[in-house]
Amino acid sequence: MIRKIFDIIAGNAVPAIFILISAFAIPYSGYSASYLIQELLTRIGRNSFSILALLIPIAAGMGLNFGMVLGAMAGQIGLLFICDWGIVGIPGMVLAMLVGTPIAIILGIFCGGVLNRAKGREMVTSYILGFFINGVYQMVVLYLMGWIIPITNPALLLSRGYGVRNAVSLLGIRGVLDNLIPAVITGTNGTQQFLNINGANTFLLIQIPFIDGVIKIPLATFILIGLFCVFILWFNKTKLGHDMKAIGQSQSVADSAGIAVDRTRIIAIVISTVLACYGQIIYLQNMGTLNTYNSHDQTGMFSIAALLIGGASVSRAKIINVFVGVILFHLMFIVAPMAGKNLIGDAQIGEYFRVFVSYGIIAIALVLHAWKRNREKEAARRNLRGGK
Amino acid sequence: MIGKFIENAGWPRIIIALFLAGLFCAAPFVGVRVDTSLSNTLVRFGMNGVMVLAMIPMVQAGCGLNFGLPLGIIAGLLGATLSIEWNEEIFKKIIELSAQYKITWLNAEFLNLHHDAISFASAIIIAVPIVAILGWFYGKLLNRVKGDEMMIATYVGFSSVSFMCIAWLLLPYKNPTMVWGYAGKGLRTTISVEGYWLHVLSDSLAIDINEHLRIPTGMLIFFAVMALIVWIFMRSKTGTAITAVGSNPEFARASGVNVDHMRTISVMLSTILGAIGIIVYEQSFGFIQLYMGPFYMALPAVASILLGGASVNKAGILNVIVGTFLFQGILTMTPSVINSYLQTDMSEVIRLIVSNGMILYALTRKVRAGR
Amino acid sequence: MSDLNNKNTPLLTLENIGKDFYGNRVLSGINFSIEAGEILGLVGENGAGKSTLLNILFGMPVINSTGGHEGKIFLDGKPVNFTSPTQALAAGIGMVHQEFSLIPGFTATENILLNREDLNPSSMSYIFSERVSTLNRDAMEQRARAAIHTLGVNIDPDMKISEMPVGYKQFIEIAREIDRKNTRLLFLDEPTAVLTESEADILLIALKKLARSGIAIVFISHRLNEVKDLCNRIIILRDGKLVKDSPAFDLSVREIASLMVGRENKTENQNLNNDTEQKNNNDDSDDENLKSKRKKIKPALKVEHLWVDMPGETVRDVSFEVKRGEIFGIGGLAGHGKLGIPNGIMGLYPAGGKVRLLGKKLKLNQPRQALNRKMAFVSEDRRGVGLLLDEPLDWNITFTAMQVQGRFLIGIPGIFQLRNEFAMKRTAKKFIDALEIKCTGSNQKAGELSGGNQQKVCLAKAFVLKPEVLLICEPTRGIDIGAKNLVLDTIREYNKKNNTTIIITSSELEELRSVCNRVAIVDEGKIAGILPASSPAEEFGMLMMGQNNTEEVENL
Repeated sequence: MIRKIFDIIAGNAVPAIFILISAFAIPYSGYSASYLIQELLTRIGRNSFSILALLIPIAAGMGLNFGMVLGAMAGQIGLLFICDWGIVGIPGMVLAMLVGTPIAIILGIFCGGVLNRAKGREMVTSYILGFFINGVYQMVVLYLMGWIIPITNPALLLSRGYGVRNAVSLLGIRGVLDNLIPAVITGTNGTQQFLNINGANTFLLIQIPFIDGVIKIPLATFILIGLFCVFILWFNKTKLGHDMKAIGQSQSVADSAGIAVDRTRIIAIVISTVLACYGQIIYLQNMGTLNTYNSHDQTGMFSIAALLIGGASVSRAKIINVFVGVILFHLMFIVAPMAGKNLIGDAQIGEYFRVFVSYGIIAIALVLHAWKRNREKEAARRNLRGGK
Repeated sequence: MIGKFIENAGWPRIIIALFLAGLFCAAPFVGVRVDTSLSNTLVRFGMNGVMVLAMIPMVQAGCGLNFGLPLGIIAGLLGATLSIEWNEEIFKKIIELSAQYKITWLNAEFLNLHHDAISFASAIIIAVPIVAILGWFYGKLLNRVKGDEMMIATYVGFSSVSFMCIAWLLLPYKNPTMVWGYAGKGLRTTISVEGYWLHVLSDSLAIDINEHLRIPTGMLIFFAVMALIVWIFMRSKTGTAITAVGSNPEFARASGVNVDHMRTISVMLSTILGAIGIIVYEQSFGFIQLYMGPFYMALPAVASILLGGASVNKAGILNVIVGTFLFQGILTMTPSVINSYLQTDMSEVIRLIVSNGMILYALTRKVRAGR
Repeated sequence: MSDLNNKNTPLLTLENIGKDFYGNRVLSGINFSIEAGEILGLVGENGAGKSTLLNILFGMPVINSTGGHEGKIFLDGKPVNFTSPTQALAAGIGMVHQEFSLIPGFTATENILLNREDLNPSSMSYIFSERVSTLNRDAMEQRARAAIHTLGVNIDPDMKISEMPVGYKQFIEIAREIDRKNTRLLFLDEPTAVLTESEADILLIALKKLARSGIAIVFISHRLNEVKDLCNRIIILRDGKLVKDSPAFDLSVREIASLMVGRENKTENQNLNNDTEQKNNNDDSDDENLKSKRKKIKPALKVEHLWVDMPGETVRDVSFEVKRGEIFGIGGLAGHGKLGIPNGIMGLYPAGGKVRLLGKKLKLNQPRQALNRKMAFVSEDRRGVGLLLDEPLDWNITFTAMQVQGRFLIGIPGIFQLRNEFAMKRTAKKFIDALEIKCTGSNQKAGELSGGNQQKVCLAKAFVLKPEVLLICEPTRGIDIGAKNLVLDTIREYNKKNNTTIIITSSELEELRSVCNRVAIVDEGKIAGILPASSPAEEFGMLMMGQNNTEEVENL
């Protein structure tokens, strides 16, 4: 009984706490509903894909894939190339993905191989691996690009003639996916005004009375994310997805049933890495600028924190956790600085608060997971005993 | 014979040692003075040594690499800032007490003469009880999550650093050298320790060989004393039990040792050493770095001890000395030598690759360590 | 001619199968064959070589990595040599192991068909591989249902393993093997151990049904009644040799039991008995001499209603007394709880009941208490519990004494003490010489020694404690014959010299009979009986097989 209550609390306490924090902070932030909705819609479109990329390794029992930053780096390299080649719009984005894919696959195979050598401590290893590959990435981008790897566009290069600048504008592909299918939400007042300007171009127009102003919906991005969700649902039904679940639950049983455990684990990481690569490209097309040396840094941490806030754990994550997580996490992200400023008079506090929450939530999730696992081990041990 | 040596030392270590030797050889040809480099390496060695030392107890007790070092560091920062905040009060109190108990030598003149040293000591004295309590809780936590210590330590470290970011803003510090001038509250990101305990260890007993080579004897002696304390502790009855717990917890339990208790002690010791380590670091560096400053400080320390030949579950003083020297040597030599050769600063990239590569190597090796 | 030949070719034939692990012979000259549809009972004590035989037949890597095996295996008259379990499976050999190999979060269907799922045809599978096809859940459920049905039980194919009672899990394991289309030969390793009586009955009926459908079954069990009831033929292994191959109806349960444990060599037995008798006589004379004293002295160890919660070795209710200076043996089959007794007394596993040591009550569940009261323990799990593999020998030998008795230390007790490396080394050296431990010196890591020498280090560790009562588990497990005798001699000598009470737990009955004064046999967590070591082997055998009532057997 106590166990049951504990499990329910452990399963849902995190989202509940975040709903409480947001409910408390939203009024203090002073943001209007339409501003919050616009921000949330943008951020759901921007971040969901990367978070979804985490699901498959979790199913395969490899924990939170801190190595997803490898995919993010692959995506950024793809973007750097299309910027150099001057290819814009949707073709540019697709090409960036095409360039990024083989890099992500190679990195994924490497990552999977390393993790197979570090079974039982995949998370800390993938985490350090992220730093290690970050070093290699910096070496490539800062020293080899423009020197050994041909980059000709001077707007990309540092003044010394090689190495990529710290900030690269992605104006060519900025928002191309988000705005591919124009869709808006307007209040009754703003509709006419909006139609006068954009009229015929709008694919979808939703009127909600109490909204003021115009809220853009990144519909094409949402469709892509929807497709991705369908892909995951389908993947879970395939033999490969089934095998991964089996491995996630018991490597030894899967092995004795003849499932190629190590190979399947590598496939899980490769899929995750490639998807993280696409996720980063989608993220950056929304942002419009690439911080060459920082953009990928936080991707892993924020994605993982969001997933955990959505109620996922190290060993269990569902699609619903992704969306609950991305909404709650970013809601807090948006309102915390303003709420902090209005409450205590210092925006900095809110900013530090959200950083603290991100790390704290991961720490708590990891502790709960380890705790639960040790208790389960104990329970399994008890089951082994002759019935009594 | 050579093969065996390589096997024992591990390829990465040999490559890095050769790389460092190569850098020292190449230095004169690119106009970098070897003695300057050596001097810098020694200073950095002294600065970082104690923090690397902080790895030993936890590794030996089987708690893995102490990625949670920032927890100790923030306690050290608390001690450091409080020692500055309360500086005058502390001295007033000492004078009061010495008058009360008639300790004649403890007079104003003496205090003035040793102002910096006493301030420094006060930083450590304030920090240690705080860190001991934090370490105790931290140890209890790690006992409950056996098998996942390293990942959890990492995030406990991160969370505590970001939590303290809020605290640095809110704690009622008053000393004008530390708080933001315009707001009159909230600590600054970097706080100078000048006038308090700047270079209190670095400059004491320092030997100037020539104008380029200066041996920070005081700091090295402090490190040596700390190392000796750890060495002696690991040879005590408790230290022996800790080592046995790390080597085989079941054996230790069957020998009547309280495994969790030993692990808690080792975590406390590690955390305390982390706190002292950061204060030593700051007195040489000259500034207290608050906010996100301590965030990634665990990684160089972890990398150093691994570079020195430690593994995830075995570490000794020699590993600390060799590792810190190699790691800091590379950090000092790469910017100077490679930069003058390539006209570019590759030190950051090399630091990332070397330190994380080393940790990765240790994590993927000996998968079947223990049982 | 060839047709006839084929008809008479047995399904599986073993010719002269033998195996040694690094010079330690565990199997030799095994010859037998099995026909389609036959049920063969394979019985033998623990360590008789059953599991090694199974490992050979199933192509387990442990055989290959230790230099393969001797002799030839023929399947359908064709020689085969499996190097991996996958090959054995492909050839139609199925195996149900003692430990469950099931995924708890999966349903019965998913487990039965693991990695043999029905797939929906998909165009994607041509581009990538079959693995991207989706599962055909309906077809899978039908197959699972069919396999479960074959066994004559009623289990919902959608039920999760984690929600099943233990008995069901066993049926799922067997259903998995049945579902394999080509399974012709099925090995069952103690399948009834975890079942209730009625479940076991259902299983036996199901197995007979399976055999009628042409599948050959090799049935391994310690429940001799079951074996006799189920099998057509019984093969008895002892000490790695085949000692009996006979139709089941030719053997009585009693005969089987005595063949399993008994020595054929009469003279050896005689010697042994003389030896033990002599010892008993000594004991008796001792008794005479010390009679008055003895009366007053409480027994060295008195155990009342002890239960121990040790996984796989549960002790349910055990009471016994050990006299001062006695060597007391505890025997029994693996998994029946004999190892749980010493582990429980030492406080290593949750335990309850009353234990009185030298007349005073002993607090259970705290190893420290037992050690403080001058008890010492040599664990059966040498590498897991007994040794610090990564530390030098002097550490291994002196650590417990240092922590518990505060020896090998210098400094102020309770305040600060350093270990006295000099004293540690000196003591280690003394024991290395006395026990003839083969090593390069007290600095060598314990992990680098051979099994026998490691065992001596474990003994030295216990001797250093100068125990009043010494508990030794499986003193000769995994060490070669020469070292075995050395270890046993050491124990005997120590007992004689120091009059230390020693309790030995061992799977090898002969070993217990040769060293001990009295031997207790544990069966299903309880003491089945305590006999003088000189009692005939078959009496011990009957106790072990849970047949403590001789008449009951005769009635069968």
